[in-house]
Amino acid sequence: MKFGYSDRVMELFRNPKNAGPMEDANVTAIAGSMACGDMLKMYLKIEDDPERIVKASFESYGCVANIATSSMITQMVEGKTIEEAKKIGFKDEVDALGGLPKIKYHCASLAVQALRIALSKWGVIKGEREVDETLTREILRGILDPVTDKDIVTAGVVRSLKIEGRLLEISLHIESEEAKEEILPAIDEAFEKMDVDIDIEEV
Amino acid sequence: MCPIRVKYGIKMSKHMKEIYMDSANVSRPAPEVVVAMMPYLKEKFGVPGGAFGHRYEEEASEALWRVREAIAASINASPEEIIFTSGVTEGNNLAIKGFMRYGKEKKRALTTPIERKCVLESLRYMEKEGHDVSMLPVEDEGFVDEKELENLSRGVDLISVQHVNQEIGTVQDIRRIGETAEDRQIVFHTDATHGFLKEKIDVEKMNIDMLTISGHVIHGPPGSGALFIREGLKIEPLLHGDGKEFGKRAGHPNMPAIIGMAEAIRLMKDADIERMKKLSKMLLESLSTIDDSRINGPMKNKRVCDIVNLSFKGVEGEAILMAASSEGLVLRTGSACFSPNLRYSHVMRAIGRSAEDANSSTRLSISRYTTENDVVCVYEILKEIIERLRDISPVYRKVKK
Repeated sequence: MKFGYSDRVMELFRNPKNAGPMEDANVTAIAGSMACGDMLKMYLKIEDDPERIVKASFESYGCVANIATSSMITQMVEGKTIEEAKKIGFKDEVDALGGLPKIKYHCASLAVQALRIALSKWGVIKGEREVDETLTREILRGILDPVTDKDIVTAGVVRSLKIEGRLLEISLHIESEEAKEEILPAIDEAFEKMDVDIDIEEV
Repeated sequence: MCPIRVKYGIKMSKHMKEIYMDSANVSRPAPEVVVAMMPYLKEKFGVPGGAFGHRYEEEASEALWRVREAIAASINASPEEIIFTSGVTEGNNLAIKGFMRYGKEKKRALTTPIERKCVLESLRYMEKEGHDVSMLPVEDEGFVDEKELENLSRGVDLISVQHVNQEIGTVQDIRRIGETAEDRQIVFHTDATHGFLKEKIDVEKMNIDMLTISGHVIHGPPGSGALFIREGLKIEPLLHGDGKEFGKRAGHPNMPAIIGMAEAIRLMKDADIERMKKLSKMLLESLSTIDDSRINGPMKNKRVCDIVNLSFKGVEGEAILMAASSEGLVLRTGSACFSPNLRYSHVMRAIGRSAEDANSSTRLSISRYTTENDVVCVYEILKEIIERLRDISPVYRKVKK
């Protein structure tokens, strides 16, 4: 039995490909949370006609597996159509990495989750789908509540959601002014380019 | 440039070898220890018998007694009060379960939330057997809350408080706890694994009733340890059999390990402790100059000579550990990602650190073999790694903004 990370994982950890923010990304997504010590932000540059992912990059706050899986998925999606990218599962990623300790499979899932959120957001941006409650919650889960160190959905900061077409009514319970200064701009940023109207009510 | 290099005039040679800074987890056995053990793995393979026995037994009995005397002398106990164990886990299990299970009545025990897992889990198990266990809170540097200690009630049977914390190096005021326990007629156990030889221990002056030590953190062999049990204090053994170790621990004592531990004790000098104190201070001084770092544990004194712990904003500990390991630097983290149950350090949680600080907590535990050169290299390696990881961290960018 072999213990530890595969050589490919360690190589990607030491020299990650596609690391860093992307200036001209047209969609981004965050998955994971600080509390778990596992979080990534994915940036995609998608071009029309034919619709393809031309560039992908990531930022990671996380362990070796988090960095390696984030880096791997950005390499896997480059050049793919949206439909092809949607089909990527965490198993594909684990295989591409030459295996991953079982306890770290959730890192691969997290990278896939970030990709799916990004693609769903892209669907909204393109007007191909509506923004629904599930997607809204997934997006909000990428935002940290500085008071509890949990994401704002888990922390109970998000009290209720109401969605009507492109209008998102979010009611929030925020503990402090400082937290507010972090959470509100983060929400704006998370829904950027999606052409939705956000109505925040504080309770 | 490392901030302490000029200040302390450290002449550098390039770091070529591995820098081992995980000695609080397990230390490198001293070469002299290995030499001392060898005869007991070869020609002196006997084990102690009773009051008399054949040549092998008598030789083993005498050797074992010499070690018992040496350990007893180092903590101001009597040789009859020393029980050899296989190390800290067995020592703590024997002390806690042994005491709680003796007699028929249910007992009450008190401990702190920052003890080693073998103390906490033994007590959790005692709860399952119907005993009552409560926690004595600690404050943010890991010290037992003094007010809570003052309020200690007479109804408690056992208090188990470690001497030195394994992660953040907090040295508890054991004498004070011992006095309070004595005053309230509570049996006092201390896990002294990380304080033994590094801090002064006197079981008489400190009113200690049971004390756990282990050879694996003092350059002794793995599988070596001892438990001091005050004369007259009754405990139920964990291992039943031949009545060895005054009926408190059956089975052949692990002679090579015990002899090795004795040699490790003999080798550790006050000068080593003083040097380690200086080195860990230098390490803390240099690492705390890294941007957005935070020291975990005592800020001033009352920190043990060999444990340093810091958190670094915006990065995760397993990534630090693995990156450091690639550079030849061996350390440890309290990160959830690194733990087998994916939960961050219970010590960090108990001292009130955020998940983020716990997940980036980095423990460096030095040893007698650590050099000034190592300390400077650690700074240089860690600074570079933390910068590299922060460059790709979405969280750190936010912090800086």
